[in-house]
Amino acid sequence: MSTWSDTRPDLRTVDKAPSPVRGTRLTFHAATLGRPDAPVLAGVDLDIRPGEIVTVVGPSGCGKSTLLRTLAGLLPPLAGEISQDGQSLAGPSAERALVFQEDALLPWRTLRANVELPLAIRGVPRTERRTQAETWLARVGLAEQVRQLPHRVSGGQRQRAQLARALAGTPLAVLMDEPFGALDAQNRAGMQDLLVQVLQGTGATVVFVTHDVDEALFLGDRVALLGAGRLIAVRDVPRPRDRAAHDDPTRIALRREVLTSLGS
Amino acid sequence: MSRPAPRAGRNQRPLPPIGRYALRVAALVAALGLWQLLTGLDVDLWLRFSQFPTVTDVAHAFAERLSGPDYWTDLTDSLTRILTGFLLAAVLGVAVGVLVARSRLAEDLLGPILEVVRPIPAIALVPVAILLFPSNEQGVVFITFTAAFFPVLVSTRHAVRALTPVWEEAVLTMGGGRWRILGSVVLPGALPGIFGGLSVGIGVSWICVISAEMISGQYGVGYRTWQDYTIVNYPGVFVGMVTIGVLGWLTSTAVELLGRRLTRWLPRTSYVPGARPAAPRTLAPARPAPTAAHTDQPSGAEEARDEHLV
Repeated sequence: MSTWSDTRPDLRTVDKAPSPVRGTRLTFHAATLGRPDAPVLAGVDLDIRPGEIVTVVGPSGCGKSTLLRTLAGLLPPLAGEISQDGQSLAGPSAERALVFQEDALLPWRTLRANVELPLAIRGVPRTERRTQAETWLARVGLAEQVRQLPHRVSGGQRQRAQLARALAGTPLAVLMDEPFGALDAQNRAGMQDLLVQVLQGTGATVVFVTHDVDEALFLGDRVALLGAGRLIAVRDVPRPRDRAAHDDPTRIALRREVLTSLGS
Repeated sequence: MSRPAPRAGRNQRPLPPIGRYALRVAALVAALGLWQLLTGLDVDLWLRFSQFPTVTDVAHAFAERLSGPDYWTDLTDSLTRILTGFLLAAVLGVAVGVLVARSRLAEDLLGPILEVVRPIPAIALVPVAILLFPSNEQGVVFITFTAAFFPVLVSTRHAVRALTPVWEEAVLTMGGGRWRILGSVVLPGALPGIFGGLSVGIGVSWICVISAEMISGQYGVGYRTWQDYTIVNYPGVFVGMVTIGVLGWLTSTAVELLGRRLTRWLPRTSYVPGARPAAPRTLAPARPAPTAAHTDQPSGAEEARDEHLV
């Protein structure tokens, strides 16, 4: 398995990336979420602003994934309303890309063919989608692996390819469900940096679910705390995406608060 | 057991491909030799080989047949019937299998009928075929079709139901619709299972096409074999049987090869069980451990295949 430093993306390609698109506003109004026979979250009120990164933390089984799948349109809310830019959500859409926890790449397609898929769905011509897919894979540091099948590359590389696939469709929002959960610590930090880097210029709204408090505090403009079947709190994060900020006193205080609320 | 070192343990070297083919041919020749021996000596030890034609009898009959026009007519007739029936069964079996697996309405409407018809052996449908179709030809194709249809249907249904849900959800959140999911997720994802059904189906098809020809056919390998039996031409019967065997083997190998080609994306284990090395492409003389096979495999073959499945 290659380490992150071997495969740093080619920075020159970043400038040629598709022009920025604006993010989208995602709003929960008194929403109850879950499967019809098993609601897991009730009374959720949350306004996610265009272009911001909201991280969602909570103990396992608290409904983090349910929240994300509802935003993706894969699960309808049981009560209340969820809207995108003021309009009620109606099913899944290419505007809200979902990055999954586990392997969601199609195993019979090469990494490039996987990234080409959302472009094909959008009707991008064949040669155009090939170059776009290769550009995106290069941006996540997979220029060498474009013709590999998913099971021939490492777990971290698969997640990077998933990220490329999600962003290639130029979504207004990117919903990420513990995308780095299965990676080791070193790979994980590299992936977080990569995520910050590739998100720059897309303007996409990001909802990022994780059970790792440090990851949540590093990535998020705001962090949402889930637990006991409800949304406990939403906190602004001081100095987000700044590696040097981890010993900032306000950050330390917030970290303690988050850990305490998760522990209870 | 008394064999020296080369065949034992981790130092075992796989036979070269030529060697393996030689082994197969030798096995076939040995079987023929045994047959010739038993029948030539008219062995009668409870099993009675005295009435049995010898290999040379059969070979002579075969050579005679090959020079006549009937043999090739029989062959093309049988092949046309089985290919028509099998292709229809493949297309409809996959279509109905996907429909039943993906639609609750289709499952409720078609499920009970299919379950009742499925246990009926295709060959028992001969009366139905005779009543239903204007000519014997169509009846034989119908029986062949029915034989292959159910294995294909059932394996497709299972394969589609066993698909990983995230694949579909991923395509949904890319904005893909029903047809995109069918073409990009359901069909390619179910392909390994579908080919399991096709392999079984082609075998059952042969059984049924031959039986149907014996009962109601005109021309065809099965018809000819039965004709030879009724006029007590035993070498002719054996020519028919050998023909059926070879044709069956060729067609199922074709299905198998096509299946392997279309599902080469499947991750394969790098573990090679002791006696049957799966990867004969060994360039390095000494391989440290069987796990090294994983990295040894040529990547070019796998890389080029992304155009196969849309």
